[in-house]
Amino acid sequence: MATKQIIVLNVNGDDHEILVKPQQTLLEVLRETLGFTGTKQGCNEGSCGACTVLVNNKPTLACSTLAVAAVGKEIMTIEGLAGQDGTLHPIQKSFVENGAIQCGFCTPGMVMSTKSLLDRNPNPSEEEIKEGLSGNLCRCTGYAKIIKAVKAVAAG
Amino acid sequence: MQRGKVTGVTDKPSEEIMEGYSVIGKSVPRTDAWDKVIGRAVYTEDIKLPNMLYGKILRSPHAHARIVSINTEKAEKLPGVKMVMTGKDILPVKYGIVPFAQDEYGLAIDKVRYVGDDVAAVAAVDEATAAEALELIEVVYEPLPAVFTVEDAMKDGAPEIHEGPKVKNNVSIQYRKEFGSIDKGFEESFHIREDVFKTHGQYHAPLEPHAAIAMYEPSGKLTLWSSTQIPFFLRHNLASTLGITEDRVRVIKPVVGGGFGVKIDMFSKDFCAAFMSMKTGRPVKMVYDREEALTCVRGRHPSIVKVRTGVAKDGRIISQYIDLTVDGGAYNSTAPLIITLSGYFAMIPYNIPNLVLDAKHVYTNKYANGAMRGHGAPQMRFAVESQMDILAADLGMDALEIRRINALEAGCDHPAKMILRSCGFKESLDLAANAIGWKEKRGKGNFRGVGLGGSGWASGVNNMSHIGGGAVVKLEKTGGVTVLTGAADIGQGAESVIAQIVAEELGVSFAKVRVIAADTDVCPLDSGTFGSGVTVRSGKAAQLAARDIKKQILTVVAKNIGGDPEHLTIKDDYIWQNGQKKMDINKAVKLVQYADIQVPMIGRGYYQLPAKEPTTLLRDNGDISGSYSFGTQAAEVEVDPKSGRVKIIKIVTADDAGRALNPDQVEGQVEGAVMTGLGHTLFEDPDFDMTNGQARSTSFTDYKLPTALDAPDQEVIHIETDDPVGPFGAKECGEGATIYTAPAIVNAITDAIGVRINDLPITPEKILRALEEKNNKGRKEA
Repeated sequence: MATKQIIVLNVNGDDHEILVKPQQTLLEVLRETLGFTGTKQGCNEGSCGACTVLVNNKPTLACSTLAVAAVGKEIMTIEGLAGQDGTLHPIQKSFVENGAIQCGFCTPGMVMSTKSLLDRNPNPSEEEIKEGLSGNLCRCTGYAKIIKAVKAVAAG
Repeated sequence: MQRGKVTGVTDKPSEEIMEGYSVIGKSVPRTDAWDKVIGRAVYTEDIKLPNMLYGKILRSPHAHARIVSINTEKAEKLPGVKMVMTGKDILPVKYGIVPFAQDEYGLAIDKVRYVGDDVAAVAAVDEATAAEALELIEVVYEPLPAVFTVEDAMKDGAPEIHEGPKVKNNVSIQYRKEFGSIDKGFEESFHIREDVFKTHGQYHAPLEPHAAIAMYEPSGKLTLWSSTQIPFFLRHNLASTLGITEDRVRVIKPVVGGGFGVKIDMFSKDFCAAFMSMKTGRPVKMVYDREEALTCVRGRHPSIVKVRTGVAKDGRIISQYIDLTVDGGAYNSTAPLIITLSGYFAMIPYNIPNLVLDAKHVYTNKYANGAMRGHGAPQMRFAVESQMDILAADLGMDALEIRRINALEAGCDHPAKMILRSCGFKESLDLAANAIGWKEKRGKGNFRGVGLGGSGWASGVNNMSHIGGGAVVKLEKTGGVTVLTGAADIGQGAESVIAQIVAEELGVSFAKVRVIAADTDVCPLDSGTFGSGVTVRSGKAAQLAARDIKKQILTVVAKNIGGDPEHLTIKDDYIWQNGQKKMDINKAVKLVQYADIQVPMIGRGYYQLPAKEPTTLLRDNGDISGSYSFGTQAAEVEVDPKSGRVKIIKIVTADDAGRALNPDQVEGQVEGAVMTGLGHTLFEDPDFDMTNGQARSTSFTDYKLPTALDAPDQEVIHIETDDPVGPFGAKECGEGATIYTAPAIVNAITDAIGVRINDLPITPEKILRALEEKNNKGRKEA
């Protein structure tokens, strides 16, 4: 068995010193070791997008990323998006107001992918929104209200 | 959302009533949206308990085999393993949704019936150890011949998947429904047509995989947190298979990440987590991986539907004979329901005066199928709605017109004695057709086409036993309101809609209402989430409970301020008398508290539509629900003749779901349902190796779910009827809109390419083949 090692992960602005096995995924460490359960495990094989987090502002599938590979980088999970005082991020607010949430299981990943999309392209076309969210599966909404919510944020 | 024409039994225009509502009819954000959007909603897989063990299931590699022996010794000796269990350890008590069709054990006893069947379970200190232990269990199987199609399963001499006198040729349930005289009807028909349609399976694929955590306490109490749609049925099945009384079991449904029917049954993760927690005295958590959550749970039933229809010269349907065979997989699950529901939804939305339905549920050696959004109706409507277009073409009629001529209406004398108290079907046909541009676009060919599909669905199915729901409404000192309901929110927004209903009925603001739901120790009995019955059943119970406590408050207030309590009302947090504000709700609550009434301030409600015992769902004519939704979908498609690919340009849904209690949520239900229907029609297709029954679609890489890129332009037109049964006139909206997507798309494809494909899914290969055959035929004729 490979030896465990102590690493420091920066999640939502805070450093966490933890003991990990080299094969542990970022998803497992976020959820099981650090308790960031807002990041969801939908397939654990990189095909549903529910575990999307931002690593150095890039959308990253936490289930397909080793925890050790995230050392020295800034990791942002859904728990880190709202303000310290609980104020929702405009994307979160728009998802709530536009009925973009049903079962909510895809929501954290979908919101993180949206953040990345809008950071790259503040005024995406409908096709660009669809393209940007095509790695995040949703079985409830048919995507219509999610697309509407993203458009609403872009429009300010 | 556009508003259509008002139909139904009310004589008040809908808009006038709407003006009177404070919360109903408003698209208020869901009560759980905030928690979900910040990542704080707690799903079963997010829960961790002290000293918790992790469980895993060993599954069968064979499609059909006798279990000769299981040796668990090596697995038990692995450090960290706390328990290994097999079918030998459990009571031989079968369970299932429908009492007379129960055929499943918590773990396989003696025999496995599909690749993935549950053979043994392990509980260990962590998941990796549990997984390692599974490898150390030695099972000796005696493989048996297996069958993977209904045709093979029904042959004489086919292997018996379930032995027993009741099952012949693997037909586990058979049902015949008959009214009128089809023979006479066919004699009177101007034109008769017979076609055969085939539909394939579909995974429900909610994003949250199935999970359970069991905690047994020394007092003898067992608590199970489960991603379930039916907490009370689960409690019942768990207690009976564990051999303990129901009062010792508490089922709690945390936030559930989608269900669509696949979380209705009890699964081995529930049973084994409970069993092993009872034996080890430690909490046990079991979470299915994605492959298990796709291939070891339930799916939509593949079907073969033969339809023979006789019509008059003007297009009126006179007689219909339907032969339905569904592929049930290895176990019954909802077997009697799928075939009866399929039958019921052959009886609406058209008037069929003479009908015979012969239906069979057949075992095969694949995972069992169960309830899935629409439950039998999508199969039936695909067949019948496809044939409606064929009949129209045969008669030289417009496909919209033949539907209009046959459409049922509110108050009609239904041939099977269903009672349609409200019905916006005819309006839905016209509205959907107009919105898609029917007149301009139909029949133009050139690889672009439009098509229609119509349907109806029940707001819960009532003529079975004990399909009811209860609610308790508590008024807090501060004017806050707590609702206890057994309703199981699986993402559809049940809790939120119940909060809206209570806020409206009690006259308090929406923000004051808090819902505590789906905890069998705390909440009143409720049958759970299936058959699209929650808003009408549990919502009505909540409305009655709110009405009950309102009456108590107003009685006290009337004594205080004088006058008849009947002339008082509560609205927007104030007590009103003859249009005058009298006092705010907090003051009224205080009055009740000081009134020295020696009972807690609790309102109670229970709602169950009239039901016969024992169940009569299979046998009698009569109403099967309190109300029915109706609707039409219209699709516009473009087909690329070179690649055979279909582009869905637009889907319009004109839907009569009664009064939309929350229009955004109704729209969201419809839009989601359409995508599930679209995926099923075009590309979702669980694949098997037909030589050994091994599922090939085991992940989201092998099984394509619709993505945002597949999302067409959608328009939802709500036809507002004011149904007298449901709370504030509401009917179902969760399931109905999945049912008619396939025929709308397929009829549009036929309009585009001039040939029809009768078996789903409509893949590019099938389109290319159909086009080639059409061209060859054309050349020969030329």
